[in-house]
Amino acid sequence: MNPFQYTRSVGAAGAIQSLVKEPHAHFLAGGTNLIDLIKMGVVVPERLVDINGLPLKAIVKIPGGLRIGALATNSEVADHPLVLQDYPLLSLAINAGASPQLRNMATVGGNMMQRTRCSYFFDTTMPCNKRSPGSGCGALEGYNRMHALFGASDKCIAVNPSDMNVALTALGAVVHVKGPKGERKIPFGDFHRLPGDHPEKDNTLERGELIVAVDLPDASFNKHVHYLKIRDRTSYAFALVSVAVALKMEGNMITDARLAMGGVAHKPWRLPAAEVFLKGKPATGDNFKQAAKIAMQGAKAWPYNQFKLKLAPNAILQGLSAASGLVS
Amino acid sequence: MSKKPDHPSDGEDAFSGSRRDFLKQSSLLSAIALTPATVVKAADNQWDEKIADVFEKVPVNLEVNGVKYSVKVEPRVTLLDLLREQLNLTGTKKGCDRGQCGACTVHVNGVRINSCLSLAVTNEGKKITTIEGLAHGEELHPMQEAFIKHDGFQCGYCTSGQIMSAVALVKEGRTHSREQISEFMSGNICRCGAYSNIVKAIQEVKNSQS
Repeated sequence: MNPFQYTRSVGAAGAIQSLVKEPHAHFLAGGTNLIDLIKMGVVVPERLVDINGLPLKAIVKIPGGLRIGALATNSEVADHPLVLQDYPLLSLAINAGASPQLRNMATVGGNMMQRTRCSYFFDTTMPCNKRSPGSGCGALEGYNRMHALFGASDKCIAVNPSDMNVALTALGAVVHVKGPKGERKIPFGDFHRLPGDHPEKDNTLERGELIVAVDLPDASFNKHVHYLKIRDRTSYAFALVSVAVALKMEGNMITDARLAMGGVAHKPWRLPAAEVFLKGKPATGDNFKQAAKIAMQGAKAWPYNQFKLKLAPNAILQGLSAASGLVS
Repeated sequence: MSKKPDHPSDGEDAFSGSRRDFLKQSSLLSAIALTPATVVKAADNQWDEKIADVFEKVPVNLEVNGVKYSVKVEPRVTLLDLLREQLNLTGTKKGCDRGQCGACTVHVNGVRINSCLSLAVTNEGKKITTIEGLAHGEELHPMQEAFIKHDGFQCGYCTSGQIMSAVALVKEGRTHSREQISEFMSGNICRCGAYSNIVKAIQEVKNSQS
């Protein structure tokens, strides 16, 4: 590992200033992704600003929802009684990711900032516009089995690897950030971005902005939920495709639907057209198939991930069936 | 030379020796006639180490297996490397060094983590338990006994991590079924494939407690 300076931060304002002043400084939270990237030489920081001492761990009820501190660990969130009761989808998604040890370290804010697992991003001998802007994309004509179906550009076809992000997208979370210009809120769907011409930017944060909390709206999607993750082994692997489903139902009638996919785009991929289609329709196999078809409109595969064009709609169908209790 | 640079885990001597040895070998042995006396003197007096101590190293106080340590480490040193190379606690293993295999699993404040992805400096004031801290004197921890009884290992390299994870797993109460044990032990990879016996060992400990 390259040497770097270390600052143990005692206040958010100081931590933010450190990042504004030093272009090669990084916040350090759980470290499960960042330390790995530093070891691989993908990230070469001059300073790590350790924010673990900041009081951002609380999980508290707020009017109309739940506020999760950015430094709450993944396991603290997944095991929290209020999350299990009101937002079981979030718990399912978090527990589908990583390993127990990693979930004990990784934080909510850090998970949101997790970089792609594209192997060309991790391999410093290969071109990658995300790691080294302008160097090209190794995956475009390489082994692109894990890569995107939606929203890719000719600069980058990588996907966001987080499971938690897929659930937070479906649930309509809101991100609170503090920065050099003050505080602001970002709807979860606007937090991550598509690669476009700047794949080096994973999200819409500005330099020095610190995630302080994530708010979940009211607990109305707490019953008919499912998180389906398809991967190369049963546990502890990144998603080829994942689907987060949350339904509101009256009898067999779907009164509201939230759908998002992981492993298919540079950001957690919400499926608004399929949500609109399902609203007010009965939970039937035919409707679910139609919703999956609608969700897949505009999908574009690469030579090695053609299988995802079949896998993804089948995963949507299975996720919807499981969430609604439909036995297919 | 009494040190074994090939085995940095043999002691803190080898750890602190690397830079000094390099200076001596590169400038003293290969170009001794040209080496200014001050460089040789600097190497002999370990000035580079002392300067590095002041400018590069950060003090950390932590407790490992009930013993308090005050050490100085470079910020880039992981908890795993601190344990193995400075504190001589080599029971915790380095497998992938990237959080993928679980061989480095230890407990920090009672919670299992991958010590290879935790910087030592971030463990200020924390209580760490390693495999060396499980037994009471000669009396093994029940999980250690169960791993021996059920042959929960072959080569043994992943075993300390497996046992640390298994002890935490029972405490977490994730032992309701074989499937649940497998899922919540998935962060510990065993190349020998001792999984079925590891599950048996865990089930025995769980059953003996209930």
